[in-house]
Amino acid sequence: MVKDQEFLEKKASYCLGLAKKLGATESSVIVNNSVSETVNFRNKKLDESNRSDDLGISITTYIGKKKSSISSSNLLDDNLNILIEKCVETTKNTPQDEFNSLPDKDLLAKEVKDLDLYDDTHIENDQKIDYLKKLESAASNDKKIVNTESSFTQNKSNFILANSEGFCAGYKTSSFTASSVTVAKDEKSMERDYEYSSKCFLKDLDDAEELGKQAADQTIRKLSPKKIGSEKIAIIFDKRIAKGILSTFASAISSSAISRGTSFLKDKVNQKIFSDTINVLDKPDILKGLGSRNFDSEGVKTDTLKLVDQGILKHYLIDTYNGKKLNLKSNGRCGGTSNLYFENGNISFKDLLNSKSKSLYITETIGHGSNIVTGDYSVGATGFLVENGEFKYPINEITIAGNFKDMFKNITLANDLDFKYATNSPTMMIEGMVVAGK
Amino acid sequence: MSSMSNFFEKSDLSRSEAENIISDTLQKCDDGELYLENSKSESILLDDNKIKNSSYNSDLGFGFRAISDEVVAYSHSNEISKNSLKQSSENLKSTLKSVKGTYNHEIPKSNKKYYENINPIEQKSLNEKIKILNEVNNYLRSKDDNIKQVTANFLGEQKSVEIIRSGGETLTDVRPLIRFNVSVMLEKNGRKETGVYGVGGRQSYDSYLKDDNWKSVCDEALRIASVNLESKPAPAGEMKVVLGPGWPAILIHEAVGHGLEGDFNRKKTSAFHNLMGQKVASEGVTIVDDGTIDNRRGSLTIDDEGTPTEKTVLIENGILKNFMQDRLNARLMKTKSTGSGRRENYRHIVLPRMRNTMMLSGNQTQDEMIKAVDKGIFAVSFGGGQVDITSGKFVFNCTEAYEIVNGKIGSPIKGATLIGDGPSILKEVSMVGNDMMMDPGIGTCGKAGQGVPVGVAQPSILINKMTVGGTKL
Repeated sequence: MVKDQEFLEKKASYCLGLAKKLGATESSVIVNNSVSETVNFRNKKLDESNRSDDLGISITTYIGKKKSSISSSNLLDDNLNILIEKCVETTKNTPQDEFNSLPDKDLLAKEVKDLDLYDDTHIENDQKIDYLKKLESAASNDKKIVNTESSFTQNKSNFILANSEGFCAGYKTSSFTASSVTVAKDEKSMERDYEYSSKCFLKDLDDAEELGKQAADQTIRKLSPKKIGSEKIAIIFDKRIAKGILSTFASAISSSAISRGTSFLKDKVNQKIFSDTINVLDKPDILKGLGSRNFDSEGVKTDTLKLVDQGILKHYLIDTYNGKKLNLKSNGRCGGTSNLYFENGNISFKDLLNSKSKSLYITETIGHGSNIVTGDYSVGATGFLVENGEFKYPINEITIAGNFKDMFKNITLANDLDFKYATNSPTMMIEGMVVAGK
Repeated sequence: MSSMSNFFEKSDLSRSEAENIISDTLQKCDDGELYLENSKSESILLDDNKIKNSSYNSDLGFGFRAISDEVVAYSHSNEISKNSLKQSSENLKSTLKSVKGTYNHEIPKSNKKYYENINPIEQKSLNEKIKILNEVNNYLRSKDDNIKQVTANFLGEQKSVEIIRSGGETLTDVRPLIRFNVSVMLEKNGRKETGVYGVGGRQSYDSYLKDDNWKSVCDEALRIASVNLESKPAPAGEMKVVLGPGWPAILIHEAVGHGLEGDFNRKKTSAFHNLMGQKVASEGVTIVDDGTIDNRRGSLTIDDEGTPTEKTVLIENGILKNFMQDRLNARLMKTKSTGSGRRENYRHIVLPRMRNTMMLSGNQTQDEMIKAVDKGIFAVSFGGGQVDITSGKFVFNCTEAYEIVNGKIGSPIKGATLIGDGPSILKEVSMVGNDMMMDPGIGTCGKAGQGVPVGVAQPSILINKMTVGGTKL
């Protein structure tokens, strides 16, 4: 059982009280508890069970404009006493920074809405096993599938965020996650792919058989890949890859990268960085949303932001510290975005595939090839050659490269957005990128 | 002297009660243990001319594992108490309903230690650390007017672990680890480039920073950034690649290291699973994974199952000799553990992992390699890499590279991704240098969501054919 609000609040107020007594002028604390139960299957048999019960506390103390923080998983009062004493002592010895402070009081969240983020349902391991049996049996139907690994996790979390300005709030969240990784083999090759579903409510989780079948189909179609030559070609990013490009955009507009001057999007507010048709939203109040929240990790209220409006960058993602540095108010994005997405384009998935006589459809990228300082992008990729709207054959051992400044201006989006992750994009086409192959 | 944690000191659970619960839970299991961990870590960060962060973390918890045949049951918690351990025990028993294994009590012993029992955090005061970070900032900013950003940080850790096996056998280890990093950003004519360098390992901060050695870390970060400021777009396509010695060995780590971990081979999902005893690399290529080098970042006195580490020969003169094994995969593959069972911390199950992965020296020179290339690239430093175990395809990202034209090193080129095929890449190695070098001690390897410190080493090598992911066709 995840710890209740009362337990977490008691710990939080104990820490705030002690910090004050020891000389902190301001302080904030987060206490959280997360209980997960996972069952893993491999080749239709039980492989692993894993139960985790994680407690954590992190405290930040201020003495004027000096700041320091500590965190621990040991919540016994004895240990907290030692740590808070150490934290206040370290604070005294840390040089001051004029921008250090708690959030402005008028920006703190005043109400906590029920965003439908907690499902009280408990799924026993035996029920998880039933789900995974169905999933793996569907996943291993085809003889070409030689290995299946699947897992089911239930997670229940609770937290309290409190500070010395009187803010004290938190709430429970839950998630139910199923995933399947399959390996397929033929004479020439062995390939792996996966499918995944994660929801706040158990009843919304994808059907086990569909999930298994999808993983298997996506793997089998990758068999016997070819390598193609180096050329400039239109790239179509599957939704699961397109969302990564949106995440890179989010890192590049974080106030910390902007205030440090280490982003290619610095000073680009109110400038056109995408084509006219592109809108980007960050909407924290979607019911059951995987990224939904009432306030950010400093307690600042989070409103919906239209980050990009008709191609024009409208906001950075701002927290208190970097906001003060940039002379901007926090917009409740300490800790990043909530439910971030590109709005739908006005062309169907099918028409997007058909829009070029030849293109590459990318289903997986590997490597850490996004540089937000320069905007350079270069990653290893796997996918399919598409000709006249049809998947011709699988492709691997290629790289795709470009620069985000150009890539962003050449994006065309399909109208197939869904909310499978916290960050989502419709299928995306980018023209003018370079493929390196043979 | 010993700063070993007493995990039962402030608990209502005594050691003998814990031993009884462990033995009761693990009877008829094939393997398992209680893993206790207490880690203390600090991070002090200078960024944008200021001390941005000074934080301290203390983490305590246990992970209880029971294994029957292929099935692993695991439960972890932060509360070391009678109640909590009993709940974990119930949880393990309910997963492994009918067990009929035989607990293997044999675990190899060794008295060798590869690092001192120290707490690096306490060996240097906060004020001294802050002083060095400020000196780093001033030193770099006074060196070059184009410097627009300096970030420097200290990371220090002491991790105490205790492993209690069925029957009460207990194994302990105290592991220090530090890292010092510097990153600079230069801006010239509207163009920005960064350079990053760091040092670290299992010794005190001063072992790495004495005699103003931090200056050489700064100089190296600045040198890389300056080179990149002059770089031009990288070529795209297949060509010859010369890799410099040291850190570029993450190619070995990604291309073959992961594929030789026991779990992927037991499950037959590695591209190497049916290649044991076969030729997987050119003659002259020997690769070892070594946990026994004093004070190295990837070294361990015992692994996270209590097995002493060793030097494991993976590939000898081109022939595949061994996989890296933890106890579970070793038992199922009817071989012995190579002391490669590792976990990020008590929250995670054990997996076979790399320690310090090294390609040993041959007898050619880097000069001979450069001269042998008409058109290709010379890669000196990398950011990071990744591999798809099943297809064998791997990538890594250059952070310092040059073009080679007609046997001569030319202009620096922009960071590009290189992609290759693990099982075949080592057959494309046509020269092995005589200049093997260890990396500076900064690597972290990620697998199944777990990060563990690792090391790599290699001499210069010439690879006949790799795909370079640049933008210039």
